Amino acid sequence: MSDLRELYQEVILDHNKRPRNFRAIAPPSQKAEGFNPLCGDRITVYVRMNGDLIEDVSFEGSGCAISKASGSLMTAALKGRTVTEADSLFQEFHTMVTSPADVPIETGRLDKLIVFSGVREYPVRVKCASLAWHTLRAALEARQDVVSTE
Amino acid sequence: MSTVTAVRTSGTVFDVRRIRQDFPILAETVHGKPLVYLDNAATAQKPQIVIDRMVRSLAEENANIHRGVHLLSERATKSFEDARAKVRKFINAADLGEIVFVRGTTEAINLVAASFGRTRMKAGDEIVISALEHHSNIVPWQLLAEQVGARIRVIPMTDAGELRMEEYEPLLTPRTKLVSVVHVSNSLGTINPVRDIVAMAHARDIPVMLDGAQAVPHLAVDVQALDCDFYAFSGHKMFGPTGVGVLYGKRALLEAMPPYQGGGDMISSVTFEKSEYNVIPHKFEAGTPNITGAVGLGTAIDYLAGLDRTAMETYEQDLLAYGTERLSAAPGVRLVGTAAEKASVLSFVMEGIHPHDIGTILDQEGVAIRTGHHCTQPVMFRLGVPATARASLAFYNTREEIDTLIAALGKVREIFG
Repeated sequence: MSDLRELYQEVILDHNKRPRNFRAIAPPSQKAEGFNPLCGDRITVYVRMNGDLIEDVSFEGSGCAISKASGSLMTAALKGRTVTEADSLFQEFHTMVTSPADVPIETGRLDKLIVFSGVREYPVRVKCASLAWHTLRAALEARQDVVSTE
Repeated sequence: MSTVTAVRTSGTVFDVRRIRQDFPILAETVHGKPLVYLDNAATAQKPQIVIDRMVRSLAEENANIHRGVHLLSERATKSFEDARAKVRKFINAADLGEIVFVRGTTEAINLVAASFGRTRMKAGDEIVISALEHHSNIVPWQLLAEQVGARIRVIPMTDAGELRMEEYEPLLTPRTKLVSVVHVSNSLGTINPVRDIVAMAHARDIPVMLDGAQAVPHLAVDVQALDCDFYAFSGHKMFGPTGVGVLYGKRALLEAMPPYQGGGDMISSVTFEKSEYNVIPHKFEAGTPNITGAVGLGTAIDYLAGLDRTAMETYEQDLLAYGTERLSAAPGVRLVGTAAEKASVLSFVMEGIHPHDIGTILDQEGVAIRTGHHCTQPVMFRLGVPATARASLAFYNTREEIDTLIAALGKVREIFG
């Protein structure tokens, strides 16, 4: 049986309570809105670019502990990275939260993001963990439409 | 904490322990815990006799209806039409022609919007709905409004989730062509004063549709006493199967309305130039219907008819009062939807904890609730919450299950500390 503490790790609870980079960037180089129709969660991700470098990244919105902590830890992990690095980190993150529970997790460059490994035991919560990432990708691609997890 | 499992009303006893044995799923475990199913407003569980009757329909009398000369088709037709007769009696409709089988409440509302709406409404006309509507009683009218240039007006509600009736009457004008209001709110449980809503509209010759999806599992519904013009409900929320529901419509209205879909069974003759339509209700039942579903719904009605409805309603109200009391006393919990007249729906939020997280933790304790906006985003917006957690009770739930819910909420607080 899956243990709730695996899902709600201390780091996640902390970032839910005190989300980092939980603010707007004015004016941002790019921003995007994300929406999870399942629970009605909405999030806005802001980025300020310096060439190919993500100089600053932040988010705002309402959501569950998993989605809020994900936005918080994502923004913390991406500051100062290049777009290519952000993309590959997203790939690693996505693989981690969607891999079958019996497959060992490749820690790679995930670092603190490893706390989301418990999410894969809860298929309906995968979208909560990935909403911030999908929205970030839309912001980086400067897409105008609201991205949806559906 | 109480261990009352039976309630005595007017000499009869509602024996919930015995009732629970009729529902096989209630003996299931989830995550190693006994299932505590509190998501009845999403869909209700099915008694064994409904399951058995549907199996028998498929195993012993499967044939298409209304066409075969062979014995099986006769049997299937009889079972299907018997189900219609049971529905008629269940809601006390005047005649069988007024009972149209559809896929569910959503299709029933879409049928009225498409058939009644498109032929009766034009630019500048208005449709009155309420602040408590499910998306299925909003979006079909928006689609219609876009097509014909009509406008939607909304009866506002109070913070408690009650309609502001004093603001209803002024919305009824010569432009109003239909009122369509929910009987019982799915997200808050509010029971709307539908008799008054109908009477006030009828005083101005405005027809009224009622969305009864959440009413039929809890209340005895008499469409003639309500005097509504249309009434819609789904089989699966009243202990029957998914994929079948009912549109009730007054004969004169249904007869005057054009078909909703074209196809087999809804015609009396077809040439390439013109088709003659069948009589009601068949005019609105194009194609092979959900035969097994309708038969199962008929048996769900038999099941409900075998219960003492008064005792059942008293029992549910007792459960609701107990749940309200315990949730109100639980630390950090705030009830959302506190109307004086309520069905057994308990929507709530917890300070600083998102409903989605509540739902996941409760599930690990075996407690199934719904979390989110419950397809009523305008209700959430009006009350200033992004989402709620909702425990919706049926007559087979118990006080012990509410105790389990409260204990599981303690676990939520423990984790989120």
